[in-house]
Amino acid sequence: MTSPFRTSTGGRIDRATTVEFTFDGQTLRGHPGDTLASALLANGRHQIATSIKLGRPRGIAAAWAEDPGGLVQIEEPFPEPMLLATTVELHEGLAAHGLPGQGRLADVPDSARYDAVHHHVDVLVVGAGPAGLAAALTAARAGARVALVDEQSEAGGSLLSGTERLDDAPALQWVAAAVAELAGLPEVLHLQRTTAFGSYDDGFVLALERRTDHLGAAAPKHVSRQRVWRIRARSIVVATGAHERPVVFADNDRPGIMLAGAARTFLHRYGVLPGREAVVFTTNDSAYDAALDLHRAGVHVQAVVDARPEGSPRRAECERAGIRVLSGAVVTGTRGAERITHALVAPFADGEVGAGSAITCDLLLVSGGWNPAVHLFSQARGRLRYDAALGAFLPGEELDGLAVAGSAAGVPDLAGCLTDGQRVARATLAGPPAADDRLPTAPESAVPTPPLVLWRVPDTSGADGSTSFVDLQRDATVADIARAIGAGLRSIEHVKRYTTIGTAHDQGKTSGVLTSGITAELLAIPVQDTGTTTFRPPYTPVAFAALAGRDRGRLFDPERVTALHEWHVAAGAVFEDVGQWKRPRHYPRPGEDMEAAVLRECAAARTGVGILDGSTLGKIDVQGPDAAVLLDRLYTNLMSSLKVGSVRYGVMCGVDGMVIDDGTVLRLAEDRFLVLTTTGGAAKVLDWMEEWVQTEWPDLRVHCTSVTEQWCTFPVVGPRSRDVVGAVFPQVDVSAEAFPFMTWRDTTLDGVPVRLARISFSGELAFEVYVNPWYAVAVWQRLLDAGRPYGITPYGTETMHVLRAEKGYPIIGQDTDGTVTPHDLGMAWAVSKKKPDFVGKRSFARPANQDPLRKHLVGLLPVDRQTVLPEGSQIVEFRTDGRLPPPPVPMLGHVTSSYRSAELARPFALALVKGGRERIGETVHVPVDGTLVPVEVTGPVLVDPEGARRDG
Amino acid sequence: MQLIACPWCGPREEVEFHYGGQAHVPYPDSPAELSDEEWAHYVFFRDNPKGRFAERWNHSAGCRRWFNAIRDTATYRFERVYRLDDPKPGVTELARSREEGTAP
Ligand SMILES: [Zn+2]
Repeated sequence: MTSPFRTSTGGRIDRATTVEFTFDGQTLRGHPGDTLASALLANGRHQIATSIKLGRPRGIAAAWAEDPGGLVQIEEPFPEPMLLATTVELHEGLAAHGLPGQGRLADVPDSARYDAVHHHVDVLVVGAGPAGLAAALTAARAGARVALVDEQSEAGGSLLSGTERLDDAPALQWVAAAVAELAGLPEVLHLQRTTAFGSYDDGFVLALERRTDHLGAAAPKHVSRQRVWRIRARSIVVATGAHERPVVFADNDRPGIMLAGAARTFLHRYGVLPGREAVVFTTNDSAYDAALDLHRAGVHVQAVVDARPEGSPRRAECERAGIRVLSGAVVTGTRGAERITHALVAPFADGEVGAGSAITCDLLLVSGGWNPAVHLFSQARGRLRYDAALGAFLPGEELDGLAVAGSAAGVPDLAGCLTDGQRVARATLAGPPAADDRLPTAPESAVPTPPLVLWRVPDTSGADGSTSFVDLQRDATVADIARAIGAGLRSIEHVKRYTTIGTAHDQGKTSGVLTSGITAELLAIPVQDTGTTTFRPPYTPVAFAALAGRDRGRLFDPERVTALHEWHVAAGAVFEDVGQWKRPRHYPRPGEDMEAAVLRECAAARTGVGILDGSTLGKIDVQGPDAAVLLDRLYTNLMSSLKVGSVRYGVMCGVDGMVIDDGTVLRLAEDRFLVLTTTGGAAKVLDWMEEWVQTEWPDLRVHCTSVTEQWCTFPVVGPRSRDVVGAVFPQVDVSAEAFPFMTWRDTTLDGVPVRLARISFSGELAFEVYVNPWYAVAVWQRLLDAGRPYGITPYGTETMHVLRAEKGYPIIGQDTDGTVTPHDLGMAWAVSKKKPDFVGKRSFARPANQDPLRKHLVGLLPVDRQTVLPEGSQIVEFRTDGRLPPPPVPMLGHVTSSYRSAELARPFALALVKGGRERIGETVHVPVDGTLVPVEVTGPVLVDPEGARRDG
Repeated sequence: MQLIACPWCGPREEVEFHYGGQAHVPYPDSPAELSDEEWAHYVFFRDNPKGRFAERWNHSAGCRRWFNAIRDTATYRFERVYRLDDPKPGVTELARSREEGTAP
């Protein structure tokens, strides 16, 4: 079955194959090679939707990404909002409907794959039209590594839309030969359906390749749907062509009104007649091609309306064909219920519109000139200059590594575009061009009559510009621009934001320069003084899925797991993310929630024995004759006095005196330390050490290396831990006398080296067991086996937090926030008074750090023995009436850690409180869910303040 | 995305680098002898010029070395990178390296 507006021959469509699609529920037919827009036009359908604010009918107004009108929602094969009918390639089973400005995101997961590829070239050519192909051939023939990307489904650019000839043959034959030649060169990457959407610094361009969208359901599952190309090019040739722009007049938004060049594209490329009766309204010579081509194809061209008083030398050509040409005339408005039925045409001279008449038509083609597609040049911070003769903004300077060629640089004719592409490419070459670097011969083009720069036709309809649409997608009119200027806005950037012109999916491809022109006119200033708004990537919309690529789901961020991960999974651990680490949070037994599991795990560690996978702790091997000097300078306490075989807790501060990390340090030898950091601080502390060693103390003979992954660490914690460790490592004397607190010992287990350390992060008797990850599971299992008689209980990070908080041990970054000194934490004991200097020391003497009202780390006990205070809760003075006063309420501090304690049989918290140590024993209030909870301020150590338990 | 020329590795993507603030702000020899104001200047005060600025950079996801650079804060252009043990380039030297095309 033939569609009513399909030509009988011609076009780049596969007429032998018919595909079925649905639009707004109606089943229609088209051909491979169609876009959704061309297939709809072939079926006589111009209207796509109604407009977002005014509900006016809107149709297809252009043939590619510059179309401001034809937004559709794709339903099949995969729901996708806000695509342009003009850029969606037709395929079997495509289902879509028109959108009034807003779409709907998919409510099912996107099962397609997206990926990214890095590519490095000598020359990147953007655009495979005449200039781009000439540039790519010249560069590739000279041996350069070339990438050629083009957003259309096939190469040719503007040649796809016309009847031009090269070397006395249809120009597309030359295009095919050029593509074949490029394909035969090994250093050439040629990508179609690939839009260069952003140009950045130093020759970096992002391009989106649509690899399978055009295949619909036939898309192979193993091929990524879209691919982001990250191209780094020594030189970039921007040969992106030009966008035709309309002229604004009253009621210029009806379906059936489109750009003149677009009609040529629909005719020549897709074999579609966009109407039966056409009026062509132009300010320049290019639209005459559309008039003559449509006439030859059987469209009745009612009139060519040329705004220029002198018209065009092509007038005679039209008249020979029987087409009426009205010079010095404009279209002042249109009629029609939905689609256009009449164009209102009137004489036009010196800016004045005369009395008009109506001409019947179902198609009104408009050409107001051409805007070079300077987006990539402008994104690379190239300055534009306004060309008053063309009424266009052109590249206004030479950029390093980026050149613009062809009609993107304002070159008007085919022969000129070819030579310009070659010229620009030759300038990128290190050596001479190839001997056979030949261009095809293009016919001489007629000397054109200069275009008339006409942004808008004065509104004689009485609507005062309120139906003269500048941005159809945003329903923004000349009246809106006038209103913006009336509101005092002068900058084009402000006018854009006030009117929202250029903020839709098309980013002002047709409306941007019009807005500059109309604004300049209304302000009575030159257009060059108005300028354009800033061009920013992306050139066309890019799906977030494509930008995310493979970095989704589990690949979004690396997952780090310890050697025991499989064991934890099998044991039913509930995991939490700690940085990139997956750490068991607790190990619930059947029927237990987290609270119950944590109370059980805590009780086991305090009364029997528990075991933790602490392998994520940061570990840094610090080696060299000056290792002790470095640590003395970076820790607040003295590390050089630490004996080999011993362990010391240390605090690290920034130069501002604020705590940045804490941990323990094992002295392995006179010139070697193992520094343990918090899990989250591991990378930061290594960076910190490197920074000081490299930038301030390069004379120190010391090296720092991360060994976090080289050691698994298992704290065995609780009164029975000595029995367990003693049983597994019988050659070690684990008695308190032989193996005292804060010492370490090396031993072996079946020949495997193991390090044991008496370090406690729980206040209980505890041994940390260090072993190479290869043997982690075996050693862990031995410890579990040996602990079975004592009910050894694996515990997770939640229990670890409760145990340490009960002892008042802060977590740096949870109980501190970058404004907390060691003194604030009650750790003056960890600050050396002997050392003449260390990083942060001088800041402790600053007046602000002497303030008695600084926030101190204290404990909080809710008086009701029930409420678990939410972490982050604010703390206020005790209110006798139990009610929060009107704001502002002075804040005393906030809750930093809060848990339910098995040992205390009540909830407790740690908090930073102003002058907190002076408030111990006082009651303060914590607002929780609208009520004030009274809490008692205590010291931070709530369990075993004497430290009696650590030796068992 | 800019390329930054690490003096040790050559040009690399900017995401491999970490910014380290103003260069040539040495740790004071004797902090204890400084007044509170002098110390505060070392800790908190940095220049914020529009134009040429000597900065510290770290090739954190590469060789992990720190180096210095002269960068134009208005254009982001790196005019010169140099090792920590190199002296801060003078204006004439920068002009010369630009003419000779040796600036990165
Ligand atoms: Zn490097």
